[in-house]
Amino acid sequence: MGQALSSAAQWTSAQDGSGGKLELTPINEELLNSILKFVEGFSGKYPEEGKLIFKKPLSWETMLTASQFSGGGLKQDADGSLVSEEKKDDVPLFKLKRQTLSIMSLEHGEMVLRTASEKKITELRLCLEANRDPVVNMLGERFGTVQGDDNSILRYIEEITKEMEHLRLKLVGLDQQLLNQSIMKISSQVRLTPEMVEKEVMLLRDLSGDDEEKCVLEYINYYGESFVYKNGCRAQPWRQLHGDICYIEAKPHDVGNPLHVTANTSGYYLNKGPDPEKPGHLDYSRPDQDTYRDLVTLLKAKSPKFAEIINQQEFALHEDAKKDERRMEVAADDDQDGGGTNRTEQQYAQRDQQDEKEGKAKTQHQNKKKMEPSLRHKSKTPVEPQDSFSESSTESEEEEEAVERRAEANADLPSEYWQIQKLVKYLKGGNQTATIIALCSLRDFNLAQETCQLAIRDVGGLEVLINLLDTEEVKCKIGALKILKEISRNTQIRRSIADLGGLQTMVKILRDPDKDLKCLAAETIANVAKFRRARRTVRQHGGIKRLVSLLDCVPLNSTHMTAEMELDVEVARCGALALWSCSKSKKNKEAMQRAGAIPLLAKLLKSPHEDMLIPVVGTLQECASEPSYRLAIRTEGMIEDLVKNLKSSNPELQMHCASAIFKCAEEKETRDLVRQYGGLDPLVALLKQVDNKELLAAATGAIWKCAISPENVSRFQELKAIELLVALLSNQPEEVLVNVVGALGELAKAPPNRAQIRKSGGIPNLVNLLTGTNQALLVNVTKAVGQCAEEPDNMTIIDRLDGVRLLWSLLKNQNPEVQASAAWAICPCIENAKDAGEMVRSFVGGLELIVSLLKSDDKEVLAAVCAAIANIAKDEENLAVITDHGVVPMLARLTLTGDDRLRQHLAEAIARCCNWGNNRTAFGREGAVAPLVKYLKSKDENVHRSTARALFQLSKNPENCITMHEPLLKMVGSKDEDLQESSAGCIGNIRRLALANERAKYA
Amino acid sequence: MTSKRKTQEQFIQNLMKHSKNDPDRPCRFTYKEITALLKLFAEFSGGNKQRLERTQFRDELCDRFQITDDFLMDRIFRAFDKGSKGYLRAEDFVCGMSTLIVGELEDKMKYTFQVYDLNSDGFISREEMFHLLKATLVKQSTEEDPDEGVKELVETALKKLDMDHDGRVSYNDFRTAVLSETLMLEFLGQCLPTEDTRKAFLSQLRE
Repeated sequence: MGQALSSAAQWTSAQDGSGGKLELTPINEELLNSILKFVEGFSGKYPEEGKLIFKKPLSWETMLTASQFSGGGLKQDADGSLVSEEKKDDVPLFKLKRQTLSIMSLEHGEMVLRTASEKKITELRLCLEANRDPVVNMLGERFGTVQGDDNSILRYIEEITKEMEHLRLKLVGLDQQLLNQSIMKISSQVRLTPEMVEKEVMLLRDLSGDDEEKCVLEYINYYGESFVYKNGCRAQPWRQLHGDICYIEAKPHDVGNPLHVTANTSGYYLNKGPDPEKPGHLDYSRPDQDTYRDLVTLLKAKSPKFAEIINQQEFALHEDAKKDERRMEVAADDDQDGGGTNRTEQQYAQRDQQDEKEGKAKTQHQNKKKMEPSLRHKSKTPVEPQDSFSESSTESEEEEEAVERRAEANADLPSEYWQIQKLVKYLKGGNQTATIIALCSLRDFNLAQETCQLAIRDVGGLEVLINLLDTEEVKCKIGALKILKEISRNTQIRRSIADLGGLQTMVKILRDPDKDLKCLAAETIANVAKFRRARRTVRQHGGIKRLVSLLDCVPLNSTHMTAEMELDVEVARCGALALWSCSKSKKNKEAMQRAGAIPLLAKLLKSPHEDMLIPVVGTLQECASEPSYRLAIRTEGMIEDLVKNLKSSNPELQMHCASAIFKCAEEKETRDLVRQYGGLDPLVALLKQVDNKELLAAATGAIWKCAISPENVSRFQELKAIELLVALLSNQPEEVLVNVVGALGELAKAPPNRAQIRKSGGIPNLVNLLTGTNQALLVNVTKAVGQCAEEPDNMTIIDRLDGVRLLWSLLKNQNPEVQASAAWAICPCIENAKDAGEMVRSFVGGLELIVSLLKSDDKEVLAAVCAAIANIAKDEENLAVITDHGVVPMLARLTLTGDDRLRQHLAEAIARCCNWGNNRTAFGREGAVAPLVKYLKSKDENVHRSTARALFQLSKNPENCITMHEPLLKMVGSKDEDLQESSAGCIGNIRRLALANERAKYA
Repeated sequence: MTSKRKTQEQFIQNLMKHSKNDPDRPCRFTYKEITALLKLFAEFSGGNKQRLERTQFRDELCDRFQITDDFLMDRIFRAFDKGSKGYLRAEDFVCGMSTLIVGELEDKMKYTFQVYDLNSDGFISREEMFHLLKATLVKQSTEEDPDEGVKELVETALKKLDMDHDGRVSYNDFRTAVLSETLMLEFLGQCLPTEDTRKAFLSQLRE
């Protein structure tokens, strides 16, 4: 009992003197009730232990009066106190002297509680408050559990009687029980969580305002950074270590300065507010030791006015609390989805709508992203990850990063900081000479180091440097740009430069006659324009046109180059660098094309210098995401140069060339050109660069796309590309794997290559990759496995590795593209596996799953699933199962589609499904026949063939014949033999039916 | 008249021939440009073909080259004035202008060093730098010692220039520093015309 009372029970913090008070909380209430139950009826159950005399009396200030006690051998004592007759060593076992009550046995304790009747809880509470460790009084010091109260060595020499031992055991049991009980409660509510804080602050914020009569507070806000960490905390991470959740600033009406409150996991307490010495920082230390478990209690204690108004708010509060509960539920749900809890009220109001939207947006986003060629690796130089493909998504991440890092940059200031500050002072308050001295000295610092970069910004250097660009002093401009060029490698500096309008000025400088200046401006723009807003600014201020005009320089290959010409070439190079950065935005690509960039780039592509070629090819590969550029790259004859540079010795240049080919080879003509210029050989040679992952990703991507043309496939065969690709199937990053598997999938369309993949041992690796999670990779892997499964020998391996089960489980993937390609891959598996029917049946729930995919909205998924069902239905037993799963009405519902690809496979599936029970009649009943007949009007021969097959099956049912007779006669005249045969068979059936009918009539 | 023209012709021929071999005072103008310059010299000196006085020189070039600092203007005059005569002769003027208008980097480095080396001892000392830089900072009334900022600036500049760390700047120090960063050519004060005024002046000569 002592343990429970000291650790579990909630005592008020004011533990002065005699001891604290037990707060009225649910936990305490439960504790008291359990103790009560234990004491009541104790002497009934264990009379001997009940009579055991305590070592020391338990005494407390009671609320009971003497008159309430009656009988039980009590008598009035001389000094007016009520005592019992039984005594031990002259001490009465029960004594009530004025308000002090002492008892010496549990029996008497029980009696007291009986007497108190409905007030027994209060009495027990008073007793426990006065005796923090009742066990000590009962049994002696030896059994004390409260450490603070332990002050005696006597406890070791006391003797133990049998009754004592019994009672002790009982008490220990009770203690245990109490502890267990409370832990359950405590763990659920005692510690503060960010959600609880959020809830309480929101609640109070709703009740705040200027009105002194109605509003409980003037205002309440979070203090400091508005950034909310993923765990819901707002405090900086190093403070989170101390348990801080966030800081709150609240101003009651009657308190002069706002109260600064720390919300800690242990509760709310005041902090000392903003540190006067370090602006923006809090002094985290505590002015007093009071900790409160909720904010309202704290505010009540600190502001009488608040306490007064909050009591009037009862009703409103209650209502709000209810609303809040709902909010918390939502927040909890959001958490599971990985969303944050930092939402505003309105957002909650629209939550349903929004959630739905978000969900959609998410899937759309996935759709958009996943099939893009995987080029993430190439992004080392000016490319930021994924920027080129999904700008909007990276934008917010960049922003976040900038905010976070600003927060932690304020630690200790290094010595460079002060030196830089001094130099910037010269920049601000000096003439040209002092400015030049300062600029030259600034360049002596390590400008690649973040501390220096940020120091320049923090002492206001960026503003001065950018202002210098607006002056007439060429030397100052050059000096300033040389610094800006270096420090703009930092993402935060980039943003600041853009914010201060630096881009506009630099765009202006691009027209300056001084070529050094032009170069520097272009190079700096190349660094700054790495985020979307900057790129837009450059475009909107006419920068693209000017940058493109920089590309126009003297012929590059002239034998005699003067210094002036060299400088022109350098200007062109810098222009290309800037365009490379700018070309990550779609609109900039268009603007570049309008400004005539393509022929100029084509000219520069002939340059023999790598440092010119890299930005040029970089720009081209960036722009090649646009079909118009791809066409231009082909027609301007740039493929030849790209192929030539594939053989360069510079890996970066090779990489950009390969990724340009990767993107351009979407078109057949380009693929042919790559082959004609001998580009396939260097691509395959690049596969040996196993250590350079970016290069590998680009090269494998180019091979993937080039392999779409059968002529290229045969060249790849000659170059033994398969072996090299298979070797890359393991231990590679996903960016490479996606492309490698994509290439294998394309190559495997040629039958000899399928065998080659098997012989090189690629199949186990491919099947292994089916367990991955990368969507783009899964799409490619399923395709590749599907191609391999076309060959029976491969199928044996796939089957042995349980590949079909893996494919089947991918049907459960969220991504329709994965679903579709998995379903396509299943088709050849079923065709070529031994005991395919048995295998399919062994997948528990598999058939139900595939039938349920007929509800998909995606045409490709539907077509693939129909094709798979057509194959599954070859096995009669499986056909029976899918019929039970309702395949017939689902197929019938799809017949209204206008998509030829779906029609073909749907008709095929219907044809196969007719072979069971009364499915033919069922198809007729579900209205599938009429639309099917319409398929015959389609222009696609494949649709005709499978439709005729379906109609042939359906025509075995007389009802169906009536619907279909007419159009079939025309189909018999078709050139396709298959189609002729099926149509003829159909009509044959109809005729036979008619004959049978006739016969029946006359029989 | 003819004899006058003849002497001028001979003067120019001499000048061009001599200066080719003179690394200290090269003249890189063409014949035609020199003719125009001599005309200008006559104009500046108010008809006196032999002497161009300090004040006349300063007044004419201040505007043209936008060099506003009187002290530096005086230093430029001294750099032009070979032999410290206190006035410029025609050849002083032509050779000096050659450096300013069509000089190569080496010429200019020599010239600027000469301008900055106030006592012509071959070194630029801290004191000389202080003198050159004392007007470069905007005076801030609140500061305790207005010279303090300049002293710090001198140290900053010295750190950039003093390659051999002997506390003063020799011509070699200066040359090495400028070659590593041409922005440092006019490190201690402007003593060359700006690019715009230089071009304007040159095209005027070539008219």
